[in-house]
Amino acid sequence: MSDAGPGAAGAPIVRIVDLHKSFGAVEVLRGISLAVNKGEAVCVIGPSGSGKSTLLRCINGLIPVDRGEVYVGAHAVHTLHRDQEMIALRKDVSIVFQQYNLFPHKTALENIMMAPIQVLGQPRDEVEARAHELLKKVRLAGKESSYPGELSGGQQQRVAIARALAMRPSVMLFDEVTAALDPETRKEVLVTIRQLVDEGMTSILVTHEMAFAREIAHHIYFTDHGVIVEDGPPAEFFGNPRKERTRAFLEQVS
Amino acid sequence: MIDIAAWFKWLHQTSGIKLTIFYDSYDRSRFLEGFGNTLKLSLYCLILSLLLGACTAWLCGSRQAAIRRAANGFVQLFRNTPPLVQLYFFYFAVGPLLPKVDGMPLLGSMGWAIVSLTLLEAAFAAEIFRAGIEAVPKAMIEAAESLGYSRAQVFRLVVLPLALRVTMPAMTNNLVNLVKTTTLAYAIAVPELLYMSAQIWSEQVNVPEMMVVLLISYVAIVGIINHGMQRLETRLRVPGFGQ
Repeated sequence: MSDAGPGAAGAPIVRIVDLHKSFGAVEVLRGISLAVNKGEAVCVIGPSGSGKSTLLRCINGLIPVDRGEVYVGAHAVHTLHRDQEMIALRKDVSIVFQQYNLFPHKTALENIMMAPIQVLGQPRDEVEARAHELLKKVRLAGKESSYPGELSGGQQQRVAIARALAMRPSVMLFDEVTAALDPETRKEVLVTIRQLVDEGMTSILVTHEMAFAREIAHHIYFTDHGVIVEDGPPAEFFGNPRKERTRAFLEQVS
Repeated sequence: MIDIAAWFKWLHQTSGIKLTIFYDSYDRSRFLEGFGNTLKLSLYCLILSLLLGACTAWLCGSRQAAIRRAANGFVQLFRNTPPLVQLYFFYFAVGPLLPKVDGMPLLGSMGWAIVSLTLLEAAFAAEIFRAGIEAVPKAMIEAAESLGYSRAQVFRLVVLPLALRVTMPAMTNNLVNLVKTTTLAYAIAVPELLYMSAQIWSEQVNVPEMMVVLLISYVAIVGIINHGMQRLETRLRVPGFGQ
């Protein structure tokens, strides 16, 4: 959340140019290009299997890029090979997963504190104070010493968001973070994310929550079969989709 | 001790049950020496085999094929041959090849028993660790990597703690087996519990009595291990994982 990042002067903080990725013979991404400015929230929507999760994982280097360019701030992700460079990138980009993926042997508080101490080497008491604040922010004060197994899905997901925020990333990635939740707990997670977006956290969200995307996104990308079919501001995208494929998809999900 | 000794002497005179280890000081010291050696052998092999097993499991997942093959080969060799044959192999085939120091062999029978049993148990421990490591969800590793953990940190801070919890029951089994397998050291004259007991019963001709003593002794040793491991398992238990 540094104020003078490379994207501060209006240049995009995340820029993807003609990204290709295959798994064996399956071409998952077939030339994706997009740009996200600092402080923007971008939603990527599209049918299952259209490569949305793969796209997110290419941004923080969890999946190596086949062809094309991915820039995050000062990192040229497609050129990174050494472990050290990858670690530097991941300190800048946090991701929240569909299945929360909290460490089951650590309490909620420890889950949030681990990486800032062990990866960033920050002093323990400072990190602990921040972790308490973050738990309050995601409205889980009092759950500090609960293990993930003792929390509901929605609570676990909010701890996962707090864990990601504790790294003070410049970009947050959300990978269908409400897909595994029931309607009630889904809402509490969405409220948390909306708050982050309102505070100006640069976010890329892969989601099936159309109403939510329409409400919070600055820009929508619709992907299908590994390409971006259509993109635009939410009002325009949802109100007046240009492509036949987009209309068909929106009719199906609404 | 005086009372107990007197009681067992009386027991012998009245019933013929001859437990000399309770009243004959020579037999008692021999028995305790055997008991101590069994504990020593078990403890050495336990610690060394856990360390070697963890290393081997780690090497089995190496990025280099040659290292992976070597680690797997070690596991296969020691898992698929009889323990007694391994023991004889080290003592009778490898032992004489080593240089002597001041006319004495470099390793005595106790030393070779520790080497042989450690390698055997390490092979089994490696397999157990490997299964535990594979049971850690890939998503957990991905989460740790996305937080900026290095490969070694992911293994040490996330994979190993979770794998250990999964492997506890199987590891307890392995340790129990280890204690029982130490009796094979009898075959190369290591003065452990079985060997010393055999000395006592061949002199005192109290075979049935010593058999009972032996069984009870091993039940006690294994019971302590079981109890300790169970307490450890309870302490490490976390809600919602591995149950």
